[in-house]
Amino acid sequence: MAGIEVTTLHKRYPDGTVAVEHVDLSIGDGELFVMLGPSGCGKTTTLRAIAGLERQTSGDIRIGDTLVNDLPPAERDIAMVFQFYALYPHLRTRDNLAFPLRAEGLPKAEVEERVAEAARLMRLGPLLDRRPHRLSGGEQQRVALARALVRRPRAFLMDEPLTNLDAELRADMRTEIKHLQGELGTTMVYVTHDQVEAMSLGHRIAILNKGRVEQIGTPLEVYDRPASLFCAAFIGSPPMNLIEVELADGKLRSKSGLALTPPPNLPLDRSLIAGVRPEALEVTEPGADGSVPGRVVSAEWLGDEIIYVVDHGDQRDVRVRMPLNVRFAADAPVGLRHTGGPPPVYDANTEELVA
Amino acid sequence: MAVSVDEAVSPGPVRDRRPPRRRSGGRGRVVIEVAVLAVLAAVMLFPVLWMIETSIKENRDVYAIPAKFFDFTVTLDHFKDVFVDSGGGPTTLSGSFLNSVIVAGVSTVLATVLGVPAAWAYSRFSVKAKKDQLFFILSTRFMPPVVVVIPIFLMYRQVGLFDTKLGLILIYTAFNVPFTIWMMKGFVDEVPAEYEDAAMLDGYTRLQAFWKFTLPLLLPGIAATAVFALIFSWNEFVFAIFLTSSDAVRTAPPAIAGLIGGTTVDWGLVAAASIVFALPVLVFSYLVRKHLVAGVTLGAVRR
Ligand SMILES: Nc1ncnc2c1ncn2[C@@H]1O[C@H](COP(=O)(O)OP(=O)(O)OP(=O)(O)O)[C@@H](O)[C@H]1O
Ligand SMILES: [Mg+2]
Repeated sequence: MAGIEVTTLHKRYPDGTVAVEHVDLSIGDGELFVMLGPSGCGKTTTLRAIAGLERQTSGDIRIGDTLVNDLPPAERDIAMVFQFYALYPHLRTRDNLAFPLRAEGLPKAEVEERVAEAARLMRLGPLLDRRPHRLSGGEQQRVALARALVRRPRAFLMDEPLTNLDAELRADMRTEIKHLQGELGTTMVYVTHDQVEAMSLGHRIAILNKGRVEQIGTPLEVYDRPASLFCAAFIGSPPMNLIEVELADGKLRSKSGLALTPPPNLPLDRSLIAGVRPEALEVTEPGADGSVPGRVVSAEWLGDEIIYVVDHGDQRDVRVRMPLNVRFAADAPVGLRHTGGPPPVYDANTEELVA
Repeated sequence: MAVSVDEAVSPGPVRDRRPPRRRSGGRGRVVIEVAVLAVLAAVMLFPVLWMIETSIKENRDVYAIPAKFFDFTVTLDHFKDVFVDSGGGPTTLSGSFLNSVIVAGVSTVLATVLGVPAAWAYSRFSVKAKKDQLFFILSTRFMPPVVVVIPIFLMYRQVGLFDTKLGLILIYTAFNVPFTIWMMKGFVDEVPAEYEDAAMLDGYTRLQAFWKFTLPLLLPGIAATAVFALIFSWNEFVFAIFLTSSDAVRTAPPAIAGLIGGTTVDWGLVAAASIVFALPVLVFSYLVRKHLVAGVTLGAVRR
């Protein structure tokens, strides 16, 4: 087991595409580290560079204490699970699992023992004699995971391993992966573009955008204090309301007059944008204490909550998350007020968090 | 999903997918269809049938007027004449068949051995100006052999390849390599690169990964491609007649053609030789028919 250190990684494909602009990651030993970002932001490329399947244009990669830049994948002692599971189609499950071990030249008895252990961990007993095309997607996924862990590698790399599963199975597998990683204590780098997956799995999350790291933090930090406007707009469903504000009479005020508690140490010399979570706002009866007048544009019932879209006289409508017991009709005049603590505030020009 | 190439490119059930209602659109129509197809088949197959008949007729029946369709004595003498001469030794024609087997076989093996790894490389690696290179490779097949045969004849004479089997093998290989590369690239593209990635992480080198994982999945494609190459080399006539002069080197197509044109033509022998010549191609095509269809429809069939 080992941590992974990525410094100033840059990858330019021969056709000129810059897939990774600049990435620094410091992944701890035994950590479940998630890389999250929109499609094409360079997640897979970064992962493949760590695996040695892609040679970086510049930058260093260390696994444990070893600088692995010039090591072929086989010598990096890591296992990877692909989105498309890449089980060898002509081999039965048993042989798929045994393959990496035979490649290492382990004695037969040990190979069998390890295969049995991995099969037990992933509950593959009845599937051992089937070939991949006779396994369901979920089963193939479990075999792929088992194949990654038979080798007891120093780290697991996972590239969107659950994308091809349906929602229910995906939630199950998520729990399973998290449990497994905790049990084995092996470092895992997990790539996804699904923020729910990232939030529920990761010890820490790196948010990537256009080949750069926008933020690294625990799920809570990433949710509470997105480091940039990009992160603020990416995390959460619906994401933060980004509201242009100015400081006046000790309050942050939007053009519509909506008042927010300002965070301390706010710089005064620039235009500011506050990031307000939908649950930090409240729709009230019109004229309620501290509210600004608004109008319900639409309401989405999500089962256990309602998302109201409210026009409060600002350029952009805001989204407000409300419990089911409070109901307003569409087009109804309402009040809107802020109930949470000080929101994160961003510089409108640099798009960075300033307070 | 994990499917082998075999499954991935198989044309699937080639059943008529028209709804039954339209298919049964009138008995009369079916009758007409069958009649038209039967006439067409007769016209297309007649030369073949006639060739078969001629090969088993005695010479006087071959020249009989009116032609004899059914009431002739069957003889296999012509087939014997193809291989055994009057003195009991092998004929020059049988030597030509052996030459054809050697030339077609060796050139196909060479084209496959060279073309498959090249196709793999073009499919997997980013090569500078890949598209241009591939186009250039294809462009070598734009010209029919007859256009280049004179310069090649002159060159071969200079370097001593004229009238050698090696010369024919080289030129057929050169013609088949581009074809093999193009055809095999399609098959390699169908095999996900992740297999090799996974194998490399499992401790294999890139070449081992190709050899152990990709290659087995490519076998059906290789078989189809090789048969196409084999058929080309086996049937090739223009190079064969221009680049050879002696009976010891001559392959079957010019040798058979050489049977025609004397003062008398032994049509029975010509027919028998042609059948012997056509059989291997038919047998091979039959053996790999499934993959031939897959090869021909490649690109049209998606997962
Ligand atoms: N082999 C390649 N050659 C050229 N460009 C590539 C290659 N692979 C990826 N790219 C480009 O590099 C960028 C990053 O790709 P990458 O696969 O790392 O994205 P990703 O974050 O994994 O996206 P996704 O979530 O869609 O998988 C993309 O713009 C992609 O088009
Ligand atoms: Mg990806």
